Amino acid sequence: MNKKMGGNVQLGTVLALVLMCAFLAFANRNFYSPGNIMGILKQTAFNAFLATGMLLCLITAGIDLSVGANAIFCACLMGSLKEAGMTNGYVLMLAAVLAGALMGFINGTLLTRLHLPHPFVSTLGMKNVLWGAALVVTGNKMINRFPESVQFLGRQTIGTWGGGFPVSFLVIIILYVIMHIFLSRTALGRSIYCAGGNMEATRLSGINTANVLTFCYTMSGIMAALGGILSVGRSGICNGSMATQPYDTDAIAACIIGGASFTGGKGTMVGTMIGALIIAVLRNGFTLLSIDSSVQNIVLGLVIILAVFMDVVRASMEAKRRRLAAAKSL
Amino acid sequence: MSEYVVELKNATKVFPGVIALNHMQLAVKPGEILGLIGENGAGKSTLIKVLTGVYQADEGEIYVNGEKKEFKNPNDSAAAGIACVYQELNIEKLLSVTDNIFINKWIHKGLLLDYNAMHKKAKEVMLSLGQDVDPTKAAGTFGMGIQQMIEIAKAVLIDAKMIIMDEPTSSLGEKEVEQLMKTCRELKSRGIGIVFVSHKLEELFELCDRVTVIRDGEYIDTRPIDQWDNDSLIRAMVGRTVDNQFPKEFGEKGECFLKVEDLTVGGVLDHVSFEAYGGQILGFSGLVGAGRTETARAIFGADPVDGGKIFIKGKEVHIKSPKQAIDAGIALLTEDRKGSGLVLAESIRTNLILSSLSRHSTGWFLDDGKIEESGQGHINTLRIKTPSIYEIVGQLSGGNQQKVVIGKWLNADTEIYIFDEPTRGIDVGAKVEVYNVMNDLVKRGKCVIMISSEMPEILGMSDRVIVMRGGRVMAEVERGSKNFNQEDLMKAAWGGKLDE
Repeated sequence: MNKKMGGNVQLGTVLALVLMCAFLAFANRNFYSPGNIMGILKQTAFNAFLATGMLLCLITAGIDLSVGANAIFCACLMGSLKEAGMTNGYVLMLAAVLAGALMGFINGTLLTRLHLPHPFVSTLGMKNVLWGAALVVTGNKMINRFPESVQFLGRQTIGTWGGGFPVSFLVIIILYVIMHIFLSRTALGRSIYCAGGNMEATRLSGINTANVLTFCYTMSGIMAALGGILSVGRSGICNGSMATQPYDTDAIAACIIGGASFTGGKGTMVGTMIGALIIAVLRNGFTLLSIDSSVQNIVLGLVIILAVFMDVVRASMEAKRRRLAAAKSL
Repeated sequence: MSEYVVELKNATKVFPGVIALNHMQLAVKPGEILGLIGENGAGKSTLIKVLTGVYQADEGEIYVNGEKKEFKNPNDSAAAGIACVYQELNIEKLLSVTDNIFINKWIHKGLLLDYNAMHKKAKEVMLSLGQDVDPTKAAGTFGMGIQQMIEIAKAVLIDAKMIIMDEPTSSLGEKEVEQLMKTCRELKSRGIGIVFVSHKLEELFELCDRVTVIRDGEYIDTRPIDQWDNDSLIRAMVGRTVDNQFPKEFGEKGECFLKVEDLTVGGVLDHVSFEAYGGQILGFSGLVGAGRTETARAIFGADPVDGGKIFIKGKEVHIKSPKQAIDAGIALLTEDRKGSGLVLAESIRTNLILSSLSRHSTGWFLDDGKIEESGQGHINTLRIKTPSIYEIVGQLSGGNQQKVVIGKWLNADTEIYIFDEPTRGIDVGAKVEVYNVMNDLVKRGKCVIMISSEMPEILGMSDRVIVMRGGRVMAEVERGSKNFNQEDLMKAAWGGKLDE
């Protein structure tokens, strides 16, 4: 019964995506041009990386508000290492992933070992720390001319249709398939859902919930680092001041639109992918229809509020269903 | 004028797929205490919710003092003078006693709240209920007994004509129960009708004027208390005679599986020492708050410990977390299945394997074949009533939920099983099944520790009993010894010394 419900919710989101695409195709003939579609996929990829980590945290009933700043920090770290004379791109990327993982690990440790009350506060603090750190390591400068290997993920395409299929989106598809299997078919994956559903029951079942949570935040950091590497390839530069962009809210919106909940225990990779596509199509549509960027912000903000509202409605519907079922089993 | 203060006639309430109430009736006289009993699932909760306006009956009438009423919501019911003290109290723990009592009924002085008047009134009301408390203190600083009195005070303050008490004694200690009964009699003398829902027959006999029995959503019978006895009540509830409530079977006493020495937790446990053997059920008796649950949690690594040693099969272990406890061969079924036993939003399947994920995995992946097989096995042997293992646990009845928790721990396949109040809040049939699980475990040579607040259960199922009080072990009584009886165990629980 629950499976069916979950399916329906995702059907609704898929429908929303289809309707948006239909509307945009009608409103602007460029929407379905191959180049534009590939552009949307490129845009989706960055958010999809951040949303992967965000989803893990949301499932545990937590949140990671530092993903955007972490991504930019990792990009800037690569830039500063390059400026310092490191030309091997693989070393730069390894450094970025390790740094991202470390930041995520610190977020997890603050929550589980130092018992800060809610990751909202600690990751919000971390966001500011990373923003400042990104500016410090780059000396407030934009850095460009990264090695080819670093830019591969964000720049490379396959084939020629519409300028080629972005490698970044291909990587995202592979990542999402792996993460889907991980979340649904492995012991650790199920532990993440259970920890989010009832932390105490999960701990008393012999699962080290502190480690599970720390894992989720560390993963979130790694995903942010991958997003950072991608951003360098896409733009060719790193820029510390980008850390204040609303990347975190885009990631949260993708997860929530896709069926995750702030109360934890819920959310899927498939749903998150659809959520990320919706956000990208929305932003793309604004650009095509030449809507002012400040209006974009307003509409996107409203979409996020709507998504959270949908989450609340969904929760109350579920509670009602459970009440009826419980009354039935009385 | 009607003979009854509240009368429910011919009430039917249908939920999709189930008839929760079928021509139900209930009548309460002013100044009487009416016992209401029935197995879990008999329809008590629905009946209460219809009376309090939470649910609206599809058919039937409610009369208050002979006047026909219609409750569209809980406010209508409260306005008609019906109040309910739910099993799970609605207390704001951080707010003061006064705030809790006057919530939504504030006394004003101009634009501001008149706290002097409210504190005074709160103190008075609480005193009239036999509780001398400082109303300015936060409600959470008081025990469950007083928190319950705060709920009753709310009912008194709105001049309730009838107060429903939904299993009010389930979370109280012996002394608090006594105080509650006193209060009930006091309310009765003021002409208030009381509906007293309980799972404990002794309480009904001690307190009630009449008892109504319901079963499967239907009204069965109401008689004055002197026309009921234990057997007839149970017969009315289950529709059959329960020959043997406690199907005790004996295992073969094995070696000492668990030895606890001087276990100490500051302010909670005071040098607790005992031994538990394979093939036996060790009962833990005592009043609520005696430290039994805390002992179990400390052994299980759920809470930090300040001192003491634990030996498993003669070898000292240092358990710091539940995971280490399970690895050392200990399982703990907690007393609060919803709060700390189950992930309610997850399926039966996931809950069953939660303590044995690696056992149900092949390589990196969970093994669906193994999970299906063991899950189906538990559904069959524990008789979990469900269409499939994919059902969400939150939708099961209490008894079936408890069986899922038990299944989870059977999956862990440990040597020592600690069951904390394993039959709390589940129906008679499910209870017997839980007892049979324990029988089976001891016959397989496992060591079972059963914490229970039900004296008959302790006496019915234990091979040996530890009695605790105030965080200390007061007595240890072997089955068959002359002290193995209700009076002596109770005496120990109250701090009395037993003659050897």
